[in-house]
Amino acid sequence: MLMGYSLGDIGSIMAMQGFAGLSLFSVFLLMALGLAIIFGQMGVINMAHGEFMILGAYVTYMTSQVFTTYLPSLFAIYFFVAVVLAFCVAGALGMLVEWALIRHLYRRPLDTLLATWGLSLILQQVYRSVFGAREVGVDQPEWMMGAASMTDTIQIPINGLIVMALTAVISVFVFLLIYWMGWGKRVRAVMSNRAMAGAVGIDTEFVDRVTFGIGCGIAGVAGSAFTMIGSTSPTAGQLYIVDTFLVVVFGGAQSLLGTIASAFTISQARSTMEFFLSGSMAQVIVLLTVVGILMLRPQGLFVLKVRR
Amino acid sequence: MSDNEINTAAVSATRRRVLQGMAALPAAAAMLPARGNAAGPATATVNTTGLAVTDDTVTVGILHSISGTMAISETGSVEAEKLAISQINEAGGVLGRQIKVIQEDGASDWPTFAEKAKKLLVSDKCAAVFGCWTSASRKAVLPVFEQYNGMLYYPTFYEGLEQSKNVIYTGQEATQQILAGLDWVNRTKGSKTFYLLGSDYIWPRTSNKIARKHIENHLTGCKVVGEDYFPLGHTQFNSVINKMKLVKPDVIYAIIVGGSNVAFYKQLKAAGVDLNKQTLLTISVTEDEILGIGGENIAGAFACMKYFQSLDNPNNKVFVPAFKKMWGEKSVIGDVTQAAYLGPYLWKLTVEKAGSFDIDKIAAASPGIEFKGAPEGYVRIHENHHLWSKTRVGKARTDGQYDVIYETGDLVEPNPFPKGYQ
Amino acid sequence: MTFLNRKDIAAIAILAVLLLAVLPLCLDPFRLNLVGKYLTYGFVALGLVLCWGDAGILSLGQGIFFGLGGYCMAMYLKLEASSPEATKIQSTPGIPDFMDWNQITSLPLFWRPFHSLAFTIVAVPLVPVLLALIIGLAMFKRRVGGTYFAIITQAVAAILTILIIGQQGYTGGVNGITDLRTLNGWDIRPDHAKIVLYFINGGLLIVCVLLAQFVRRSKLGRILVAMRDKEDRVRFSGYDVANFKIFVFCLAAGLAAIGGAMFTLQVGFMSPSFVGIVPSIEMVIFCAVGGRTSIFGAIYGALTVNWARTTFSEGLPQLWLFAMGSLFILVVVVFPDGLAGIYRRYLDPLVDRMLPPVRRRIPVAAVAETPQVSPTFAE
Repeated sequence: MLMGYSLGDIGSIMAMQGFAGLSLFSVFLLMALGLAIIFGQMGVINMAHGEFMILGAYVTYMTSQVFTTYLPSLFAIYFFVAVVLAFCVAGALGMLVEWALIRHLYRRPLDTLLATWGLSLILQQVYRSVFGAREVGVDQPEWMMGAASMTDTIQIPINGLIVMALTAVISVFVFLLIYWMGWGKRVRAVMSNRAMAGAVGIDTEFVDRVTFGIGCGIAGVAGSAFTMIGSTSPTAGQLYIVDTFLVVVFGGAQSLLGTIASAFTISQARSTMEFFLSGSMAQVIVLLTVVGILMLRPQGLFVLKVRR
Repeated sequence: MSDNEINTAAVSATRRRVLQGMAALPAAAAMLPARGNAAGPATATVNTTGLAVTDDTVTVGILHSISGTMAISETGSVEAEKLAISQINEAGGVLGRQIKVIQEDGASDWPTFAEKAKKLLVSDKCAAVFGCWTSASRKAVLPVFEQYNGMLYYPTFYEGLEQSKNVIYTGQEATQQILAGLDWVNRTKGSKTFYLLGSDYIWPRTSNKIARKHIENHLTGCKVVGEDYFPLGHTQFNSVINKMKLVKPDVIYAIIVGGSNVAFYKQLKAAGVDLNKQTLLTISVTEDEILGIGGENIAGAFACMKYFQSLDNPNNKVFVPAFKKMWGEKSVIGDVTQAAYLGPYLWKLTVEKAGSFDIDKIAAASPGIEFKGAPEGYVRIHENHHLWSKTRVGKARTDGQYDVIYETGDLVEPNPFPKGYQ
Repeated sequence: MTFLNRKDIAAIAILAVLLLAVLPLCLDPFRLNLVGKYLTYGFVALGLVLCWGDAGILSLGQGIFFGLGGYCMAMYLKLEASSPEATKIQSTPGIPDFMDWNQITSLPLFWRPFHSLAFTIVAVPLVPVLLALIIGLAMFKRRVGGTYFAIITQAVAAILTILIIGQQGYTGGVNGITDLRTLNGWDIRPDHAKIVLYFINGGLLIVCVLLAQFVRRSKLGRILVAMRDKEDRVRFSGYDVANFKIFVFCLAAGLAAIGGAMFTLQVGFMSPSFVGIVPSIEMVIFCAVGGRTSIFGAIYGALTVNWARTTFSEGLPQLWLFAMGSLFILVVVVFPDGLAGIYRRYLDPLVDRMLPPVRRRIPVAAVAETPQVSPTFAE
């Protein structure tokens, strides 16, 4: 299919395609990071993860409405306020959910799946009742739309750059949290032996609640970012959930590095395949490959060596 | 049961108040002796098959999804059908009978549609049913309507390849929506190369097939340079956008639906594709969809429909304010919403022509029915139970409306089984 | 029937009377057909009790098997409905209409055997079981379990849906296979046919209940439970855990497939919307609401949830998702054993008091029936 085009064309398309792959990578990673904490570190199967993302998207929508009405002069920077708000709102709801629901289920991981699925249905209906069943259009300031022209033929989407930057910041934050600050140690201690962790002075309830809250908050940030590239509707969250889980599982649930590697692999495969094949087939092939590899290597790409 | 109780997933508080008032309307009217044209003809003569027709009421069904994923799209149709019915009731009803509505929720689930259709026909004996939106839901209810001899008024533009005694298709079948638009873009823009895109299901695939045949066989020197399909709900279009940037088609022909639409146009804009320079023709984006996409993301694109809210004619000048009065100032009216509005009126006109509510007589009397008050102008029912209607091309503005820039001179004949396009 | 104790016999008798006498007498054909549709989910729930409740394998892909069974049946019915006479307006008469629309000019190879009813009846359970066997071999032999297994089955459901929708020339796409008319010349659409189908469905369900109860009360059933509670100990005792898991997963798949085929017959079409992730999770919910460790509970669960769905969506569609969502949460958090758990806690002692005392013959089986701590997974 590359016959008959000039080398310059092909070069710039490859550059843009590379960027498309990278931006898909950051999208996947942003989706997966929150879940990597909740599922990977805490072992909770949060089927409502997509709904937490959409919560972030709706927070962004409301922020944009507030700014257009009351602070039109500051509209250009509303997005940063929205991201912070999305993190806080989704995180707060996450902590509430942990308190009301999840903490009763730590011994039954598969049951968290059912309960959070129920939660996702309720959240969807809440969004529908509050914001209407239709998609809402989230306004963006002019500078965030459009493309930055690198050369005459290479154009890089600005929103892709923003998503990448956001992903980088969140990844660093999560890394510091899990591996550098004491927090990660406490989380792992609580997960491996709740009673013992409590006995050595860790406030296990506090650790659970805050960790779950942070995971949900990151989902909210992801949702906020996705208003730039996707749709915001009550059911949009469900679209992301399978991809997100596969990324986390494929990487090896407990390994953050694995999550990053698997987001990278899946996104590159997907983006390349979509370029050469029809979209549907590309998706099927990538999913099949991921499932196939998981069957051969059930613990994912990166495995923590643990004695069982 | 939800007789006259309007259950809409997305009603705002104000709407709900309007609704309550409106729900009381037919009920109150039913209590009065039939107004206006005295009492209609005797029930025994207009209803020989046991439909739910009394001396002063006639019961019809509305069957759309008001919950589930399709509720987004179907809400507008429900609103339009209710508007039409309340207007007909205010004007004296059908054959002197006020229309009572039983609304059922298809819940975006095809067996539920079949189930509810059967309930409307068998338990409620509805004289007509206005409803369905997706092809899948129509396919699911079709055997029910044929088996129990009901009448369905189906509002959505769809892929064709179907014709039934028991269905009146008030939207366009595929050729009506596609051919004139392609001719137009070829004639006025001199476009030669086309890139076909679609969501992966029957309507976009069939439509693109017809488009491809037309481009290759009927437009001289034109060719299709790419064709791609994406699963419903797909949100990542960067790769295909790059592919199109490489191929540089004159026209992007996009039939992407639902949430994917939003992602596609946002990413197209972000990739630096200026729709004022790159011609994009779509048959799947109505004013309803633009609400979610955002006017600034799609401004400059061309859409090929039979109706736009901005259409300038006397009927539409009455229709749009009436719709907004009933459903709120912020509501928008897309092509399908208007087509749904036609249903109750076409049924009323047919009943009056046939002088009967009997399904067989309505089916037989339908061809040739003219509706001069249609917001889109003028429509007529064809022998094949589709509508003769004009095809129009609109250009999207940043405020979410379309400027109508072209319309076919004559009504376009509906042809659900187009020869040479299959 | 040594595998049934007194209470089982009573429960089966009550179920049989309810399904085959009370409901048909009380409901009009329309509602009865709805109940028949709900009962097809009972087959799936039954399989899940064995697979999830007993053996602790949560499959989020039962829709795959339900759908495959349904599609096998639909292919047969569609071929019968597409006789050359009935389809003579097509460019290629004698093939299903959707193939004709997609420029397919001859019947694809994998459709051909479905001309035969005998083949179809064999294929309905066999095709899904084969797929389950492949998935099971690949996963259980490598000791994949728990959440991984759940998520992978979910991904398989997603793949299958995309494939079915994408390959519409061969599968009917998103519309599914519609307009099914006759089964071996017998019209399945009129009310009396629906009633006959309802009874066949009910009878089959009771046979499957007996089968499931037989499995549970056999030594195999006890191994399954043991495996759920302490997989390693079973393995160290010399059993090949993987084979037992594969067996029960295949059995659940076969049951789901029978449900799917009956669904197609009673509803009159099959579409990918019964294959994907959402229906699969809903099927698990039916089972959870009824009680994951009780086969009767699961069937009543499937009936109750579906009946509630229809009722809510007729009356208060906005509230449906709230109700369903709260139900899940309530069931999981407060009543992990579902309806059956409530029954066991409050009603069973009463029943015991009313029944004349007898010596328990199979004490071990009684242990299997007592409320269990919910399934946990070997880490």
